Amino acid sequence: MNDSTRPRSVDRRTRWLLLAGLLAALVLAGVVSYYASTAPDGLEKVAADTGIAEREREHTLSGSPLKDYGVAGVEDAQVSGGLAGVAGVAITLVVAGGAFWALRRRSTGPGAGPGAGPGAGSGRTPA
Amino acid sequence: MHLPDGFLDVPTSVGAGVVAAAAVAVSLRGARRELADQAVPLAGLVAAFVFAAQMVKFPVGAGTSGHLMGGALAAILVGPYTAVLCLSVVLIVQALLFADGGVSALGVNVTLMGVITAVVGYAVFRLVVRALPGGRAATTAASFTAALVSIPVAALAFVGAFALGGTADVPLGALTTAMVGVHTLIGIGEGVITAATVGSVLAVRPDLVHGMRDRRPQLELRPAAATPQEA
Repeated sequence: MNDSTRPRSVDRRTRWLLLAGLLAALVLAGVVSYYASTAPDGLEKVAADTGIAEREREHTLSGSPLKDYGVAGVEDAQVSGGLAGVAGVAITLVVAGGAFWALRRRSTGPGAGPGAGPGAGSGRTPA
Repeated sequence: MHLPDGFLDVPTSVGAGVVAAAAVAVSLRGARRELADQAVPLAGLVAAFVFAAQMVKFPVGAGTSGHLMGGALAAILVGPYTAVLCLSVVLIVQALLFADGGVSALGVNVTLMGVITAVVGYAVFRLVVRALPGGRAATTAASFTAALVSIPVAALAFVGAFALGGTADVPLGALTTAMVGVHTLIGIGEGVITAATVGSVLAVRPDLVHGMRDRRPQLELRPAAATPQEA
């Protein structure tokens, strides 16, 4: 089967790749992040060392239930962090995916780019 | 490198907001060219993956950590315009829902971590790929280099923003040395993660790597006769 003749469907190998990527994201955010380093990041450390950190003001949205990557009200730190991470991955996926879906260049129909039609190959415009 | 509220004065924050908004506007138009139907799921996934990866801090020594920023990675996989949008969504979600990165600093954070890393990363990637012979090893090496360079450049841009409107009195030379130094170390981590991720995609679906769309015949696993004809 020649994958290049299926311009609009996401074929099987791609689908597996996407699922693997999504799983990786969920595991990273939901599990691995708990074991991540707690040391300050580069900017935080430099800010602390130079005194810039004293200028920091409290975050304007400190009432958010997901503040600081934890779910408010969930006692266990690991579960709280894991849930917050999973929530963030899901929210990001929906917002970004939705935006890109709306932006997309269709390979046929209104809004189609040059070379539209069933023979458009992978749908990318010629260089 | 998420700035909280308070590090930069109001005019600089507003100015950075204008820059970020302009970059997003340009990217909305540019992304249309990059987002064929098939690319939409990957682009959404890239944003989600970057969010997740930014939660995993790795130590870089001397009591400091870093995390993937993802601009170069996103640009290589889905194109620079889409990458700016991916990173912008991540940063907006982080600022508004997770209190990570000040809301007043959103303009700076998008400019530094969204725009600069993606643009610099993509430019370096394309330059290195052009200089090296084709193939997966070269593409992976180019990914490493692009990601490595993008981080200290973003750190320099922070120093520039701080020079314009920093709220604390800090000698710029010392600030530059400190920021570029630690962010070069972080850049190494960024390079390793980026190269590993791009390498994985190359091994399975090389045609999905936007940065290599004009080099596909050298990466395809199938014989040349079966590759799509590109103009």
